[in-house]
Amino acid sequence: MDRRSFVKIGGLLGGALGAADLLIIGDALANPPADQKTSLPVLERVKAEPGEDVLIRMQRELVRAMNKPIEKRRWGMVIDTRKCVGCHSCNVGCIMENKLPPGVVYRPVIDLETGSYPNVGRKFVPRPCMHCSNPPCVPVCPVKATWQRPDGAVVIDYDVCIGCRYCITACPYQARTFDFGENWDSKAAAGKDGPLALQTGRKYAREPSFEYGALWHRSEGVIPGSPVGNARKCTFCVHRLEHRQLPMCVTTCIGRSTFFGDLNDPTTLVSQLAVQNNAISLKPELGTSPKVFYLL
Amino acid sequence: MAVSSVSSVVGTASPALRRLFWALWILAAIIGGIGFIERLLHGDQATDFSSYIPWGLWVAGYIYFSGLSAGAFLLAAAIYVFKIRVLEPISRLALLLAAVTLPIGLLLIGFDLGHLERAILVIIRPQFHSMMAWMVWLYTTYLILVAAMLWLSYRSDQPGRGPEAATRDRARLRVLAIIGFPLAIGFAGGVGALFATLAAREFWHSSLFPIFFLVGALTSGTALVTAVFAWQWPRRDAAWKDIMTIMGRTVLVLVLVDFMLELAEFMTPSWYQIGSFYELTRYVLFGPYWYVFWIVHLLLGVIVPIVLLAKNRSPIITGVAAGLVAITFFAVRLNLVIPGLVTPELRGLERAYSDPIGNRLTFAYFPTWFEWQVLLGALAFGVALWYVLIRLFPQVFSSPAQSSEVGQ
Repeated sequence: MDRRSFVKIGGLLGGALGAADLLIIGDALANPPADQKTSLPVLERVKAEPGEDVLIRMQRELVRAMNKPIEKRRWGMVIDTRKCVGCHSCNVGCIMENKLPPGVVYRPVIDLETGSYPNVGRKFVPRPCMHCSNPPCVPVCPVKATWQRPDGAVVIDYDVCIGCRYCITACPYQARTFDFGENWDSKAAAGKDGPLALQTGRKYAREPSFEYGALWHRSEGVIPGSPVGNARKCTFCVHRLEHRQLPMCVTTCIGRSTFFGDLNDPTTLVSQLAVQNNAISLKPELGTSPKVFYLL
Repeated sequence: MAVSSVSSVVGTASPALRRLFWALWILAAIIGGIGFIERLLHGDQATDFSSYIPWGLWVAGYIYFSGLSAGAFLLAAAIYVFKIRVLEPISRLALLLAAVTLPIGLLLIGFDLGHLERAILVIIRPQFHSMMAWMVWLYTTYLILVAAMLWLSYRSDQPGRGPEAATRDRARLRVLAIIGFPLAIGFAGGVGALFATLAAREFWHSSLFPIFFLVGALTSGTALVTAVFAWQWPRRDAAWKDIMTIMGRTVLVLVLVDFMLELAEFMTPSWYQIGSFYELTRYVLFGPYWYVFWIVHLLLGVIVPIVLLAKNRSPIITGVAAGLVAITFFAVRLNLVIPGLVTPELRGLERAYSDPIGNRLTFAYFPTWFEWQVLLGALAFGVALWYVLIRLFPQVFSSPAQSSEVGQ
């Protein structure tokens, strides 16, 4: 079974079979296909030492977590707002990784200005999906097209989503956007760079996305090619995790302000950062229990 | 007899007026038809929906028409269940209107979906924790029930039907009406609950919302039946005038009750002018679409009808007032859907990332021509459905056999 059909079947059965489905996923991930790495030989040659780049540490922790059964992991993210310089490269990396069309965004960076001149401050708040432990977007779906995986990632089955947008209205963080089917080749720049912009936009529009480990070719029409016509959201790059790669936003962060890892493992960097006194989650009063934390 | 009753219905207007009506219908059907094709080929691209205001005119249209349907049905069901003999002549009219208005709403919500072809999944693999799944199941059951009731109602009137069989039909009709009662209350209130259950949306998240939707459905549905009864009923006799008086009073009471609930809904959370709900109330009252509330809803939908209904007993004036209530209720529906979505859930999100191509990451919304086009098409579809149904079942304009029992 290739991975796409696995994802499809898993999705279709997802709601109907409930617990049985979880076992299938767990089983499939415990026995990864041949093209998936269970270890990174390069990493084994890098000795863990104090002061090493956090990316190396998180990479090592990722490999360790991926070798556990899926239900034993619980992915979480910590964003250090003091280190974030507002460069938006996490957002740009995310857009490129997931081939996001115009209007779809998984990780906008909110630019907050406080105070009044001359006493002003500026703070950047990247906003991925919070991957809530109690996600308000999941129970509203009329067709069980969205659910929380055993590892805590909240995902969408593009082949089932009917595009009603109820989940979009239910998310208190507005972390879901809708794919209206637009592409970067429309309204391309005019002038001497026009043809190049158009050509690039068209090329980009044809690029598939690999979300959820499947190949997605978007298209519009009477029956739109998903994910056109679907709700879309940050997936914690679960397709990259399968290949022992950190989420794109973590790797492109130039300030090393985004941390990712297994919250179930108390020795991981994210577990240690998430319990610091200055760690907060957004809108905790709603009881959504986000797995994304911010350091103030 | 059937043909003559239909021609008398259509014949209540002058030939010139009739021609104008049908010319307008053809125009609406063409414009709407083009909109339907555009929608099928390019999805919701030509709408002004965005990821931040994902619901707009069509969702408002859906709750408006489903409300009309529930209201009309509840009126019909009340007539059957409580044996309100004096109103019996309008029971079939109300049922037929319920059967026509819901498909208009469903057409609109169908076009709102990103994947219309997957709508069947709500039946095949529903998640009953979702209010939306409940809605779909309730609507489907309700449509079957309305169809069964219409069929029974007509059968009971067939010339070959003996008095015993007709009595049995009427008893069955009453049983179905009793079943339909909670069903219609459930989905009329349930549509409100679809919004109200979302903790993320403060404007919607109120216990009053489902009640407000239910009373709104009763008000607009009853007003629609009254207006159509005034306009299309073939016999302008004393019975017609009596019913118009009763219906006029009923609409007046319902408008007042609905307005009272509206006051409670808006004023309670914003009285001390603090909190985010206050900001949303200000948006409704003094925001860019202030005229939707003050002129369309309050003036034309509440004040003018109240004055007309309270002072006048002419059936035509009553019909006009009821028509105003029914039509302008769309403004109430718009003002329930849109304001719930206009403020960013996180401060600064509106400026975080923009969409220069489709403008889908904005908190500003105004229905595009295309959205109105599809709404017009749905309306033309409803009018066509109505005229087909009254031709198929001309008995809708004859009083049911039961009415002969009045005064016995």
